[in-house]
Amino acid sequence: MRMRAPITTAAILTALSLTAGGCSLAGGDDGGSDTSADGTTITLVAHESFELPKKLVADFEESSGLTLRIEKLGDAGALTNQLVLTKDKPVGDVVFGIDNTFATRAVDEGVFAPYAPQLPPGAERDELPGDTDDALTPIDSGNVCVNVDDAWFAKEGLTPPASIDDLTKPAYKDLLVVPGASTSSPGLAFLLATIARYGESGWQDYWTKLTANGAKVVKGWSDAYYTDFTFSGGQRPIVVSYDSSPAFTIDEATKKTTTSALLDSCYRQVEYAGLLKGGKDGEGSARSEAGAKEVVDWLLSPEVQAALPTSMYVFPVDERTELPADWAAFAKRPTSTKQVDPAEVTAQRQTWIEQWNEIISR
Amino acid sequence: MIDRAVATRHLGTAASVLVALVPLVIVAVFFVLPVGAMLQRGLWPEGRFAPGAVLDVLARPRTGRVLWFTLWTSTVGTALSLALGLPAAYVLHRLRFPGRAVLRAVVLVPFVLPTVVVGLAVRELLGEGGLLGGLGLDGTPAAILIGLVFFNVAVVVRTVGVAWEGLDRRPAEAAAALGATPAQVLRTVTLPALRPAIVAAASVVFLFCATAFGVVLVLGGVRYSSVETEIYLLTADLLDLPAAAALSIVQLAAVAVLLAGVARLRRGPDPTVRRLPAAPACPTRRDLPAIGVTALALVGLALPIAALVAGSLRRDGGWSLAHYRALGGDAGGLLPGPVTDALTASVRTAVDATWMSLLLGGLVALTVTRRVRTRRARRVRAGLDALFMLPLGVSAVTLGFGFLIALDSGPLDLRTSPLLVPIAQALVALPLVVRTLVPVLGGIDDRQRQAAASLGAGPLRAWTTVDLAAVRRPLLAAAGFAFAVSLGEFGATSFIARPAEPTLPVVIYRLLGRPGVDNEGTAMAAAVLLAAVTALVVLAVERLRVPGTGAW
Repeated sequence: MRMRAPITTAAILTALSLTAGGCSLAGGDDGGSDTSADGTTITLVAHESFELPKKLVADFEESSGLTLRIEKLGDAGALTNQLVLTKDKPVGDVVFGIDNTFATRAVDEGVFAPYAPQLPPGAERDELPGDTDDALTPIDSGNVCVNVDDAWFAKEGLTPPASIDDLTKPAYKDLLVVPGASTSSPGLAFLLATIARYGESGWQDYWTKLTANGAKVVKGWSDAYYTDFTFSGGQRPIVVSYDSSPAFTIDEATKKTTTSALLDSCYRQVEYAGLLKGGKDGEGSARSEAGAKEVVDWLLSPEVQAALPTSMYVFPVDERTELPADWAAFAKRPTSTKQVDPAEVTAQRQTWIEQWNEIISR
Repeated sequence: MIDRAVATRHLGTAASVLVALVPLVIVAVFFVLPVGAMLQRGLWPEGRFAPGAVLDVLARPRTGRVLWFTLWTSTVGTALSLALGLPAAYVLHRLRFPGRAVLRAVVLVPFVLPTVVVGLAVRELLGEGGLLGGLGLDGTPAAILIGLVFFNVAVVVRTVGVAWEGLDRRPAEAAAALGATPAQVLRTVTLPALRPAIVAAASVVFLFCATAFGVVLVLGGVRYSSVETEIYLLTADLLDLPAAAALSIVQLAAVAVLLAGVARLRRGPDPTVRRLPAAPACPTRRDLPAIGVTALALVGLALPIAALVAGSLRRDGGWSLAHYRALGGDAGGLLPGPVTDALTASVRTAVDATWMSLLLGGLVALTVTRRVRTRRARRVRAGLDALFMLPLGVSAVTLGFGFLIALDSGPLDLRTSPLLVPIAQALVALPLVVRTLVPVLGGIDDRQRQAAASLGAGPLRAWTTVDLAAVRRPLLAAAGFAFAVSLGEFGATSFIARPAEPTLPVVIYRLLGRPGVDNEGTAMAAAVLLAAVTALVVLAVERLRVPGTGAW
């Protein structure tokens, strides 16, 4: 027993020195970077997946004289609901990452202050329908589409499906895996795609047939894509994913993609930015409102738009942006998609999810 | 002389009130206030008390299904964890064989792994293409049970094993000498003596099962919903706060009842603190069944981890270290910096969470083990004890959202403070720390303190030479566990606003959220790295050989 005392003491000393020596968050703050040239810090609230190259952020801070603080809050749904709950005392000045399935809830609650920046060409089509108060500015978009592992179908000598109508046919029994609409955002987008396509009366019937045809429902996109999709070593060659996914399934020998998206199954997801009413420091801070506007402008700038595909795996709204080579070659996008009106999504979401849950639980 | 004694006693009372006050205030601010704020939004929508909505929710058929599902999976999960954990506790803590310390640490690893990783690993195994894919368990309640047991066997092994290790052997030997068969000895002597530890383990496992979030979400697909995942869906997705409040109240009430019941069962002398650690015995033929079950449990725990390690080493159908080399990069612009930076961020957060939970847990343990004379004081003490266990029974999403709406003004506007994450993690680790320290502090014979006092030691001196000496190593062990829990914590962390620097579990989650084989491989490599670091911490704790560690 006596022998161990020095070890214990050493451990305590190590722990103390770890804490004292900046190995803790309390000890090692970010070097007082909160004070910039004119002393204005703008807080950008974003969802979990927000990411931009450090250099871009540093360049923006240098040219604008602002300090940008980035705070991340859960996924798009959790982010929206947290903004609604904190609308009287927002946690930031500007938000990025509200998408078109959650947008109207926050707009209706009066979370945003109006701002209508000069939109780059191509961005008008992604403006939020019914947003007459200029609450939100589109920044990027992506489509949720059914992806097919063409290499698997070729190997098995089978014909891949040509449309999502085919997925209920016996030829495709037990081949589809989808992320749940109640637990994932691409899952909800796919549900909305079927509602837009088959209508309020037909979508339940479609899902009933889909379930009867052996569709597998898993929790999230990563479960579907990484565990069940044949490309990742799973057993199912049809999966709900994104229109950009084929850019990531390139065969090293042929330099061609081995998967493709069913373009008639897509649902467009748009991500918006908006000013938070009141801002972090409360009313009357004209300086932080001006700074927040600069952040929105920056998100629309050619530099940030060009960084979106590699940093966040989404398409920029600015149609002039040059895409990475693999994206340009293999990420085929639908020319148009059937959408559900965002206001209707907000009103019906709970009902639809409950009905969907009943169908897939049978 | 008498005056001075009275004065000292008053001073002592004042000091102990102060000691109790600090954790009380902290739990009030960082737990009661946020959770209360969320419940208030549910019960008083638009400022008026409207319990009707809450009652409506309880009448929904879906709510009934959710409650029933939670109840039965938790019960079966607890039973299975005990069935596998009790023999393993005996083998790993009572028998002597090479590699015992490593195995004990291995058993603990699943408990501190992030659920994203566990979900990935278990599905790798049970999925349609996995090693056990033929059983068709993926997406069924059986998969959820496997996940729950995978997590919780550690709790049983730890809690019961440590008690078993310190059990006085003489009663069992006496019974055997008087002609009792081994089965009789087990039934009439050993099990009754272990009852407090078994009850403690079972209750904590039940709590963990009933409040499991990630496991149910990842392994249950979407067909099955527990109270915890339902609260998440209602709050984070649907913003149906009355419904979420209704379920939270049910959950809190159930947890309170459970804790009260456990406290009753545990009353009376706890034999595990009168420790007479005996040398572990060599395995004999009679131990074969227990060894068999233990081997089964170990294989069950090792398989998913092995699948994970294998996955991290495979690329393009061959073996490669490429994914580990990728840990030095930023995943092609997806992350703000190298994955190794995230490990640093994790460690820094864990250091903070550790000292916070130790400080809090230490004060709580001092309070609830204080000798009190009156019945009322005893009640207050029991109430405090239960209060500090309650964070176990509250959903992470409720706490995270509650932070945002409750801590929003004046000096309490900590919503975007970098310290909020370690504070939340410290709350998660608090029950663990308290349960590690309480048995040791409670087991100190008061006569030792009296002897010190009569030899002329002041209260402080008596405390350092008696209490601190006994509690030093358990404190280190608790620090190790708090550190490990914080490293792997994801639930609460993901609902708190935080600055750009992500922790390792967050990075793993993010890598898994994007297409690309390399992202998945890097995520697996990062998960292996996290598991390895965690295992090392646990192994270091194990080397301290702390008596009474982990009696949760």
